[in-house]
Amino acid sequence: MPQWGMVIDLDRCVACQACTAACRAENNVSFAGPEDTQLGRAIFWHEVLSEVTGEYPNVRGTFIPRPCMHCENPPCVRVCPVGATYQNEEGLVLQRYERCIGCRYCMVACPYAVRFFNWRDPQWVENMGNYRNPDVPIRPKGVVEKCTFCSHRLPVPACNQACPGNARFFGDLEDPDSVVSQLARGPRAFRLLEDLGTEPKVYYLREGA
Amino acid sequence: MEDREAVLYQPIEKTGRGFYVVVGILGIILAWAAFAYSRQLTIGLDVTGLNRPVYWGLYITNFVFFIGISHAGTLVSAILRVFGAEWRRPITRAAEAITVFALVLGTGNIMIDMGRPDRLLNILRHGRLQSPLVWDVTSVSIYLTASLTYLYLPLIPDLAILRDRPGLPRWRQWLYTKMSLGWTGTEKQKHRLERLIGIMAVLIIPIAVSVHTVVSWVFAMTVQPMWHSTIFGPYFVIGAIFSGIATLLIVMAILRRAFNLYSYITDQHFSNLGLLLLVFAFLWAYFTFSEYLTEFYGNEPAGMRVLFAKLTEEFSPLFWAMWLFNFIVPFIMLSNRRTRTVNGTIITSVLINVGMWLERYNIVVPTLTRPRLPSPVTSYTPTWAEWSILLGSFALFAMLYVVFSKIFPIISIWEVREGEELAAHQSPPVQAAEAAAD
Repeated sequence: MPQWGMVIDLDRCVACQACTAACRAENNVSFAGPEDTQLGRAIFWHEVLSEVTGEYPNVRGTFIPRPCMHCENPPCVRVCPVGATYQNEEGLVLQRYERCIGCRYCMVACPYAVRFFNWRDPQWVENMGNYRNPDVPIRPKGVVEKCTFCSHRLPVPACNQACPGNARFFGDLEDPDSVVSQLARGPRAFRLLEDLGTEPKVYYLREGA
Repeated sequence: MEDREAVLYQPIEKTGRGFYVVVGILGIILAWAAFAYSRQLTIGLDVTGLNRPVYWGLYITNFVFFIGISHAGTLVSAILRVFGAEWRRPITRAAEAITVFALVLGTGNIMIDMGRPDRLLNILRHGRLQSPLVWDVTSVSIYLTASLTYLYLPLIPDLAILRDRPGLPRWRQWLYTKMSLGWTGTEKQKHRLERLIGIMAVLIIPIAVSVHTVVSWVFAMTVQPMWHSTIFGPYFVIGAIFSGIATLLIVMAILRRAFNLYSYITDQHFSNLGLLLLVFAFLWAYFTFSEYLTEFYGNEPAGMRVLFAKLTEEFSPLFWAMWLFNFIVPFIMLSNRRTRTVNGTIITSVLINVGMWLERYNIVVPTLTRPRLPSPVTSYTPTWAEWSILLGSFALFAMLYVVFSKIFPIISIWEVREGEELAAHQSPPVQAAEAAAD
């Protein structure tokens, strides 16, 4: 059984957000609209986190593309009262939309904030609704949704395919010869919030090394 | 004895204008809250101020708060019964009723918080034992069943008393007849009832402790900063009993005034419970101080961001108000005999309830506003819908109480009688001491 993992090379990433846009189109992510986005209601299965550190003139910006970490030891799966979120045999952390009761416990338990709630019925601007992907179900209001590593089109997630800088790699971490395995073992590899013991399957390659 | 007891039957037998006015006002508030909830059902949780990353807010705060005040009944009734404290007799029923109604409100608020309340039964169909929410559902259900039983058992002899009183409407007589289960007060019946009440009193204490411990574990089992704490169980239990006693004092004051129960609910009751409240104010302060000092000393970055959000940043007014209401005011008011008067105790109790609600809010919200990874949104402002449902929750609590005290005696008639008989048989010196205490 493959264990899917992702590697993102931060040296190659130009923070163009093509991954984010591709993800939204691929996965029928609802449009929140400007007001709700301002309120923090927008849904981003994938997003590019940005952080500015230091003080002028010694300022440094960091960009971190952030899909779901598909933890080997996922805190969200542990707390779900109804098994709406689960880990499949291939290590993917997935959501059963038809079972979710909308308690949002998985969301407060996830240290990466990669889970999203449908605060209202899904909506699309203008005729965007006509271009939805038939392979991905539409999520009703009141349930939680999240990145699936594009489980419907493995092994090529939409974010990876859209990356113009060739910064993203995807494959089987169990296979020692796969590109992702080799990169994940490399000296530049690190994972987010590693000390929490969640064992994420998304690896990053350190910048400027 | 009959003359003195007349006031106990009055609310049941006579309905004054006050009753209709109160029910009317509460009804309007409830209708408004129902409207707010219907908006939420139609539109979704979009009507709230919740967002990413503040996924939980007022509803969860209310849930923890109401489950907390449900501890009033257990403590006063069960603990004092187990230890045979005689002064408990006139206030046990009032306390047990708080438990049941607060539990209804607590579970109600968590259902209101759900995105898909229509799928509530999934918890039974697909429940997973490893989820703290399932522990919660289990222990709260057991507690609700146990506290309903514990409210009902001592009610049986009173129901028989009412059944035998002439002049009540036919449906009431039917109700009392059915509910009193053929109670005639024989020695055998009395013996059985006392035994059952005794068993329930002992059983209900660990159940109550488990309930608030499990509520705290919903937070403590996650790895989130300032939630992942080993003292949360006892800390929540202490806070629960603290706000429970305060609520009981407020309810007692209202009942005594509304139903003219001055000869039953005496100043001594307020003073005794006021002292108990003081003890819990110290316990609360001790737990809170331990919790925050440990977090501060460890200096772990994620925890420090949450800590300073409370100490000096946007949550600081609420945080320091919490300290003022939960410790400074009770310490000043209740440790001094001159301020531990009935009015002083009531004012302190109201402030403690505000403070304990703030404490729950200060636990739920600040942690969520400081996620470990960068987040564009870090604030939460509750909306009209959430405030309306908060107001509605208190209104429903009051409404249940008003209706209950209309149909059932809010002071346990037979237990008070029994206490008076006991006191009459006691040796003179003890009786004199009790009279002095009154």
